[in-house]
Amino acid sequence: MKNKLRLLLPFLSICGLLAVTQSLVAAEVIHEEKSLYRDINVVQTGDRRCLIFNVHRGDRNQTCVDVNNRDELIFSYTKMSFAGLLLTPEPKKILIAGLGGGTLPLAFNDLFPDAQIDVVEVDQAVVNVAKEFFFFEENANMSVSVNDARVFVKRAGILGEKYDFIILDAFGGDYIPEHLLTQEFLGEIKQIMTEDAVLVANTFSTSRFYDHESVTYQRVFGEFFNFKLPNSGNRLIITQLDPLPPRGNLTTRAQSLAPSLEKYGVPLLEYPNRLSTRVDWDMSRRVLTDQYAPANLLQGN
Amino acid sequence: MTVEMLGARIMAPYFGGSISVWGSLITVFMLALSVGYLVGGRLSTRNPNPKTFALFFIGAAIFSIPIIVFADAIMRPIFLTIEDPRYGSLLASVFLYFIPTSILGMISPYSVRLMVDSHEHSGHMAGLLFFVSTIGSAGGTLATSFYFVLWFDVNQILWGAVAVLLLAGSVILLINYLLQNSATDTRVSGYEKQT
Repeated sequence: MKNKLRLLLPFLSICGLLAVTQSLVAAEVIHEEKSLYRDINVVQTGDRRCLIFNVHRGDRNQTCVDVNNRDELIFSYTKMSFAGLLLTPEPKKILIAGLGGGTLPLAFNDLFPDAQIDVVEVDQAVVNVAKEFFFFEENANMSVSVNDARVFVKRAGILGEKYDFIILDAFGGDYIPEHLLTQEFLGEIKQIMTEDAVLVANTFSTSRFYDHESVTYQRVFGEFFNFKLPNSGNRLIITQLDPLPPRGNLTTRAQSLAPSLEKYGVPLLEYPNRLSTRVDWDMSRRVLTDQYAPANLLQGN
Repeated sequence: MTVEMLGARIMAPYFGGSISVWGSLITVFMLALSVGYLVGGRLSTRNPNPKTFALFFIGAAIFSIPIIVFADAIMRPIFLTIEDPRYGSLLASVFLYFIPTSILGMISPYSVRLMVDSHEHSGHMAGLLFFVSTIGSAGGTLATSFYFVLWFDVNQILWGAVAVLLLAGSVILLINYLLQNSATDTRVSGYEKQT
């Protein structure tokens, strides 16, 4: 009897352990897909459904939605993108590079139903997953092109198309598309900006790369708003063609816009004070160009 | 390989960084090399000599220069006429890389012919040659993607490759000249292994 118990004990304890871990981590992988560019996972924990790239390397969530309260934006960087409205409060033509789960375009479409929204995403698999699991839908005013953002922007420039709100959000995952960080690319972006357009780039806040990138944006746009929040690893670069407006204007705009953003959980009133023009990077770093853009190597250093 | 690694970089501003751009690039390099092997092998049957051999290096160097000087002039019209970046990058790769790469492909079979004295040694020499050239390719790939892009502009690296090819061609010509002067009967045997 004792012997039997001794044999059973490890087995029982493993069973017990499994039961405990099962109940603690109720995260369920509801979809897995290998695309040409990355591994895509959709994971649901309770009501929260998240899109994760390259899960084995411990990447952060790309996008999350609350399936029962889809309007509310969960990530601070997604919310932070709305700070662009402080410069251009009523966008009519919006370009978003990088779809992710599609929460950002959905929110903009909801907020500005008459604005035309073009989304560029290089990975067809991401588009499929956004549609199937994250409630993303194209409609008369919002469409997705499966294309490289550089190609899209260059062509738009040649066709003379202009946007008044541009969001660059193509830097998810651990591979950096180097050709979307260069002085030449930003020059092409400038070409497709209307006079009163705003550019919002969700980029990097750490590593040597922060310096190179800041220097590059400064070279192309001059002064820009550097937007960081204390508890977020993201930083957004927000800029326009004209000189930046004084902070007083931003606060006034925040006050008038904040109520309409409440349902998305965007704390717009907190943002004006966080928009900084202070140079906190090493200005001696080299500008990134099509000739010199070892972004992935710099990121590692 | 150095040129191939940079090839994607050169095309990214026009055709993006998607996997199809890499596909185009590698396809064109493979096609160009295969044509080069064929032509190089054929040329080696007609009076093989070090001068022709040196001309391969010099020719490859000269035909690499358009990659540096005319890249935009070549890619712009292609970008404007072909909307699909897959075919755009394929065509651009042909125009930019086909000629220099096929000339480089001629070097291997030709050098086998120059280095082989007898049938018995032909397998050995060919093996040695593939070894050297493939090690060289590995080195070029690693050095370019790990370090050169961090230290230099793309065009600086390409000029470096052009200079190395020109140097190799000149060294071969020089050695050939010296050997011809020192001996009346110059039976050239394997002295040059650069690729």
